[in-house]
Amino acid sequence: MSFDIGNPSYGLVFWTLIAFLLLLVLLRKFAWKPIIQALNERETSIENALASAEKAKEEMARLSNENEQLLKQARVERDTILKEAKELKDQIVTDAKVQAQTEGAKLIEQAKKEIDDQKKRAMAEVKNQVSSLAIDIARTVLQKEFEDNKKQEALVADLLKDVKLN
Amino acid sequence: MNFRHFFNSKKITFTAIFVVFAIFSTVRAANSISVDSAAVVAQGAHGEEKFNPTEIIMEHISDAHDWHIWGDLSLPLPIILYTDKGFEFFSSGQFHHGTHDYEGKHYTYRLVDKKKIWVVGANGEVDEAASGRVWDFSITKNVASMFLSVFILVLLFSSVARTYKKREGKAPKGFQSLIEPIILFVRDDIAKPNIGHKYARFMPLLLTIFFFIWFNNLLGLIPIFPGAANVTGNIATTLVLALVVLVVVNVNGNKYYWKHILMPDVPWWLYPIMIPVELVGVISKPFALMIRLFANITAGHIVILSLISLIFVFQSLAVAPISLAFVLFMNVLELLVAFLQAFIFTLLTSLFIGMAIEEHH
Repeated sequence: MSFDIGNPSYGLVFWTLIAFLLLLVLLRKFAWKPIIQALNERETSIENALASAEKAKEEMARLSNENEQLLKQARVERDTILKEAKELKDQIVTDAKVQAQTEGAKLIEQAKKEIDDQKKRAMAEVKNQVSSLAIDIARTVLQKEFEDNKKQEALVADLLKDVKLN
Repeated sequence: MNFRHFFNSKKITFTAIFVVFAIFSTVRAANSISVDSAAVVAQGAHGEEKFNPTEIIMEHISDAHDWHIWGDLSLPLPIILYTDKGFEFFSSGQFHHGTHDYEGKHYTYRLVDKKKIWVVGANGEVDEAASGRVWDFSITKNVASMFLSVFILVLLFSSVARTYKKREGKAPKGFQSLIEPIILFVRDDIAKPNIGHKYARFMPLLLTIFFFIWFNNLLGLIPIFPGAANVTGNIATTLVLALVVLVVVNVNGNKYYWKHILMPDVPWWLYPIMIPVELVGVISKPFALMIRLFANITAGHIVILSLISLIFVFQSLAVAPISLAFVLFMNVLELLVAFLQAFIFTLLTSLFIGMAIEEHH
């Protein structure tokens, strides 16, 4: 028996070549390309997912930071607004007081003036009434007195008596 | 390069593979004994022929025209001959294990030593001149086994590829998760570091080489019928693989690669020495690949078969436990070698490609 295991037989070389190249072509088309593509796709998607997760984390941190900032700002603003409101209230109250006082004073002044006027007018009226009444009375009296000349002369004489020539 | 993380993280996967093949290994041991004892009994019946381990071992690791299944049962394989008068197709069963000559269309053929086909002349003697004109392209045991492995590999990996399409963007599942770490291993630890950024073009070749060698190594370790052929331990197979590597490396070699070979950076008067040395280097790299794979796998098979043959050499059952213990150990070792040789072949291939396409600035 010859032991020529170190001697390749051309038949086997031929078939091996065919089998191997066939395997290479088939696997390349039906296995390696889709598998490697799928692996690459998955790797990219994982990488993307990780990157976007990182980005979301950053965004979250940024947002919460922003929120805090906003809250702080809002608090400060609220405080200012409250303070302002209080000041405004005080101002309004003071103003109102002052206004009320001046208004009151003015009203009182006016009332006083009005009362004065009324008084004056009433006085004048009274004076007029009195004078006209006096005149009426005088006229009536005089009419009565002067109905007879004697009486008139007596009166005049009487009156003249009263008049003292000083 | 640091591969430790790979071995660590994929420990479970490897354990699973080892367990599966440890089972096969025990089957192998048991089967080999029955086959060989059958042979011994047969020989004993024929006469006081001494047990010849060399013959048994060589028969096991050599190619054959039929696929031995069990005892005297074997699967006949098609014989394809190209003669100067045309093709001949017939079954190897026509030879009745070499005891009968077969009268074909053009010549009468005789099977000698189970693997060589000779033309028999009119006088009943082998006609050497006519035999020289007959080319044997038969589907031998190795070819059939290789076709089987090609079929299984295509089926397996196209189904995995389909799983990838079906489960797009999802985590791997089932067989896919067994294959994926290995594909990633070939990509990230073999191709990328050695080839560089142009690795993607060579991935199909590297993956095919890796899985072809690994799968055939493992098939060779299975002692029963669908395995048992010593495909990667046959120099024709490794020759073809090395030839593919040779062609791929040199076709892809850039101007720096060729300049290094044809115009090395040495004084011109050294060229007559340097250029032949460099040219030898071009051939010797794939040649080393061819010899390494062939020798490793064949040696493993020879050691295992020798250990089993010890039982028959000593003709004592007492040797069996020791022998089997060693065989078991060797089988486990061969499992490692099966992976290791596929890995080394792929690693060196990517290294050679990387050297050939490297850009110098």
